[in-house]
Amino acid sequence: MSAVVADMPKSDMSKPVAPATTKAIAPSKGGRPWTFYVLSALFSLYVIALYGPMFCIYILSFQDIRGGLVFPMKGHSLHWFVDLFTQVRTGDVKGSFDRSIKLAVIVTLITVVVSFLAGLGFRKRFRGDTFVFYMMIGSLVAPGLVLGLGTGLLFQALGLNASWYTSALGAQLSWTLPFGVLVMFAVMSRFDLVWEEAAYDLGASRWQSIRLVMIPVLAPGLVAVALFGFTLSYDEFARSLQTAGSLNTLPLEIWSMTLNVTSPSLYALGTVTTIVSFIVIGASLGSIVLIQKKRGSSAKG
Amino acid sequence: MKSDHGDIELAGVCKSFDGITNVVDGVNLKIADGAYCCFIGPSGCGKTTILRMIAGHEDPTAGEIVIGGQNVVGLAPVQRRTAMMFQSYALFPHLTVRENIAFALRVRGQSKADRLRAADAMIEKVRLTQFADRLPAQLSGGQQQRVALARAAITEPRVLLLDEPLSALDEKLRVQMRQELRRMQQELGITFIHVTHTQLEAIALADLVVVMEQGRIKQAGAARDVYAHPHDRYVAEFMGGQNVLSGRVEKVNGTSFTLAQAAPAGIEVPLQARSTVSVGDTVDIAVRRDDVALVRPGRELPPGCSNSLPSRVLAIEYQGYFVKVMLDTVPDDEFVAYVPEKTFFADPFTVGDVVMATWATGSALPLAHESRRAQGV
Repeated sequence: MSAVVADMPKSDMSKPVAPATTKAIAPSKGGRPWTFYVLSALFSLYVIALYGPMFCIYILSFQDIRGGLVFPMKGHSLHWFVDLFTQVRTGDVKGSFDRSIKLAVIVTLITVVVSFLAGLGFRKRFRGDTFVFYMMIGSLVAPGLVLGLGTGLLFQALGLNASWYTSALGAQLSWTLPFGVLVMFAVMSRFDLVWEEAAYDLGASRWQSIRLVMIPVLAPGLVAVALFGFTLSYDEFARSLQTAGSLNTLPLEIWSMTLNVTSPSLYALGTVTTIVSFIVIGASLGSIVLIQKKRGSSAKG
Repeated sequence: MKSDHGDIELAGVCKSFDGITNVVDGVNLKIADGAYCCFIGPSGCGKTTILRMIAGHEDPTAGEIVIGGQNVVGLAPVQRRTAMMFQSYALFPHLTVRENIAFALRVRGQSKADRLRAADAMIEKVRLTQFADRLPAQLSGGQQQRVALARAAITEPRVLLLDEPLSALDEKLRVQMRQELRRMQQELGITFIHVTHTQLEAIALADLVVVMEQGRIKQAGAARDVYAHPHDRYVAEFMGGQNVLSGRVEKVNGTSFTLAQAAPAGIEVPLQARSTVSVGDTVDIAVRRDDVALVRPGRELPPGCSNSLPSRVLAIEYQGYFVKVMLDTVPDDEFVAYVPEKTFFADPFTVGDVVMATWATGSALPLAHESRRAQGV
């Protein structure tokens, strides 16, 4: 995802696509080689393995009141979606959804700001930069569950109450910050430091050069970092398990539902959360396109 | 009150990045207000570092940089009233041509209407009016360069610094933009300092050519001086167009000395006013490639030519208005004659022919020997 997002600013939308009339040099008499079919089959299997399970969930969530947890599908209706939001026994879906969104937004903001600052810090090499870098991304290696457990223990030892906006926030940041920093470094590699120098030469203060040059140039990359932060947090389970305290985030809620809810409303929840994810991703990509368009429209060739 | 003069003086300027070696090593130079000055030298000779120190993007380790009578060391580029045109142009990719050019005014807090009006006037000056709303990526190399020039010029600098401004362009455009730079310099009436590694560019543009080697100035002077009267072997070879010969002094008389060389009679070289040469010294001399005439053995030498060196033709290159003939005249050094096309084809040589290379005695130029000593340090 990051690659796609980060590549977008480079693609020149106004560039006309060459008509596909030119023929390939290789003779195409004998059709495609057998490897093509083998690799296509492999790719198809990959796609099915990737999306098949999710589509099972989505399809089963649209059953009617007779619906069960397994195929075959029994009728079709929106019954289980209604059930999801009306029945108390399915758990605190709305509350956990609220918390997850809030937490994801906070995590996103912190991730974007810190990653951007880290990107600024690593513009030039400095003594011990490699060590600092490995310190930053080292926590990716630690198993999430263990890290969450440790965070929970630490809070307990310090006499603090674990809750989603303190301990879970910290545990999630240990996951999103290294990712954000890595994405940011990839983004920064496209930033030519001479732009900053040019801004300084033209009289811009440090702050002006960040505000008027760096942030606008890096904006699509920053959106990518934000998207990473949001989706990683919204999905996060392992690190939150021991740190969320008494109130669940959405993934924890879904997990506990798998233990005690035996109706397709579980699947309906899966469908709803997927839709939310898609909205967030769509909004992110849309904002990148908008940034591009804004540049394009002020630049009418 | 700040001076509006863009005269520059470098006094003992040194720069070291690692504290051990000086990239720029004690440079002293005066550049007149409104001059077009070219720094030329191979990569790594410190020319770009000097430029960046004048621009305020590097601080000298030692020495003073004086612009218009004011020591500017430690000042920001805007306070120095210098502007730099970067090698890659460094145009802001997210801003249109107009916004790029207006950037300096924007950070100064000028109102949008004012700055866009000023930018449009500048855009007209560099003939980019129809491209004002484009992004840099939608422009050709030459157009980008004009934007960079306009963006630097809008700050009304007293010195404009250009870091290899033509290196990213193709040959034809380079010649065209060269003229444009000169035109802009005259129009703006400010000092231009231009860093290049292309000899042709330097002598075509500059009032003052500064040849550099290893952080030091080898020679600074008018283009014609540097080209026709190189100070030493390094300058002669770097600026090109010269054959450099080396030999031991055999005898000295009042107005000339004789250099022992392949020629049986030695080479007679006129003595320069101030130079002292004694028998036994090893001396470099320079002979312009276009001063060398080629004569078939046994034929009479042209008038004024007393030296003739037997040579074999190694290679011939047709260059249009002249023909480049490469010879094995001297064992270790290149020896080349630029023969006018018409002269050459009146009696063309072929590779392997034996010819006599000759030149008017007065045109040989003894060179200073400092370069060897300086390199030894």
